[in-house]
Amino acid sequence: MEIPQIIPAAIEVITVSGLQKAFDGVPVLNNLELKLHKGENLVVLGRSGSGKSVLIKTIAGLLPQDKGLVMVMGKDMKNLRGKDLEQLRLRIGFSFQSSALYDSMTVRENLEFALVRNKKKLTRKEIDEAVIKVLTDVQLLESIEKMPSELSGGQTKRVGVARALVLQPDIMLYDEPTSGLDPLTAMEINKLILKVQKEYNTSSIIITHDLTCARDTGNRIAVLSGGIIIKQGTFLEVFSSDDAMIKGFYNYNFINKQ
Amino acid sequence: MDKKLTKNTAGTIQTLANDFFTGVYKVYNFTLLAVKEAFLPPYEWREIVRQCYEVGCKTLPLISLTGFITGIVFTKQSRPSLSEFGATSWLPSLVSIAVIRALAPLVTSLIMAGKVGSSIGAELGSMRVSEQIDAMEITATNPFKFLVVSRVLACALMLPLLVLYSGAVSLLGSYINIHSNELISYRAFLEDAFSKISFLDLFSSFIKSAFYGFTIGITSCYKGYNSAKGTVGVGSAANQAVVYSMVAVFLEETVVVQFINSFLR
Repeated sequence: MEIPQIIPAAIEVITVSGLQKAFDGVPVLNNLELKLHKGENLVVLGRSGSGKSVLIKTIAGLLPQDKGLVMVMGKDMKNLRGKDLEQLRLRIGFSFQSSALYDSMTVRENLEFALVRNKKKLTRKEIDEAVIKVLTDVQLLESIEKMPSELSGGQTKRVGVARALVLQPDIMLYDEPTSGLDPLTAMEINKLILKVQKEYNTSSIIITHDLTCARDTGNRIAVLSGGIIIKQGTFLEVFSSDDAMIKGFYNYNFINKQ
Repeated sequence: MDKKLTKNTAGTIQTLANDFFTGVYKVYNFTLLAVKEAFLPPYEWREIVRQCYEVGCKTLPLISLTGFITGIVFTKQSRPSLSEFGATSWLPSLVSIAVIRALAPLVTSLIMAGKVGSSIGAELGSMRVSEQIDAMEITATNPFKFLVVSRVLACALMLPLLVLYSGAVSLLGSYINIHSNELISYRAFLEDAFSKISFLDLFSSFIKSAFYGFTIGITSCYKGYNSAKGTVGVGSAANQAVVYSMVAVFLEETVVVQFINSFLR
């Protein structure tokens, strides 16, 4: 698989500045600075518990920030409420670590759920077409009437991505897209992330601790440790660093496993 | 030593009181939000109807059984006492007063708290833990309206109907028992049973059941929606949904009985 190249800095779709977040007085994010440019895939790498998921949940407005600035598509998340927040969220797709499919609904109903509530002008035919298109893109059209419990781990992840894509978002946030998957299925998910970037023109933040996923999908890598980004750049730039944690990450993923 | 113990006890009591009043305040806000969201569009009609089916139809077999047995047992247990005074002819009216005023609303509410409350607590708890509620929020769908309001409305709408049904089944059980012992006709049984029942009895039973249903819905949804992470959190949410719902129903029954007896009768 070709390693994605860095995309020249363009419009910033997400700007995180001085972000602080603590739980029960324990700081998780500490003056974090991060930028996502239009059209790029930014991978945020970090150890378990380093606050990666907290970061994207704060960006999506699922968790309130303690301090700092989170600008998404030019809007300050702290000041957004009600309809304004809903309108912005329609432009953000979120693929959850657990996929978070509604387990009492079929795949079709999972995809239709947000569509029928937010795009009320769509006819029944248009809704069906939109659902079929995204399911074809994630190669799961045959599973349209299945329940989430009937799907494999990889299929569940793909339906999760499809559910986010059906609303045609500008930004995709992936939370551990390859966790718990075998290497071949993980590779399929990586390809899907690149396909989504290309065909849906999305800008994405991919949260992972899987270096293969980071290498194959990220135009830019940011390493999160101690609540701040300690290193940013291309995959090669980041992993030529002398930082012990970054070296340890690389050695475990690409040397110890061989 | 004694001073230290007193200080610790005072600290524990303060923490418990703090937690209690914070909890009451949170439930109060949760209830207000549910009432507000129930009146604001968009309305989740399909989900409300689906929940009414879940709450109503699926509880029906259990309520039929318990209602029927309650009628038979209450009649059987009351007969010896009444026969001492040669007053077995009062059985139909005694049973109907007990069933309509207290037994049917209370027994049906407790069954609903057990069956529906635990199911709502576990379902919403597992949706919280598996991030399904977050997923709804991120797709600009109001999860509170879809999940909580629909369930609370379903409980409040269906419980009065279930109580009426349970009352009817209890009277049927009672009639079968009385008929087999005293050979009374069903017409005479019904005349006796309803001679002492007023419109106020039926109306207050119906209205208080709606309140109990609302309470069960709110309590169960609150516990499930705010469930802690992990499987323990889900189990605890289901368990607490039942326990708190039952306690709340008993407390409400005590207040309602006082109110009706003091002001309406």
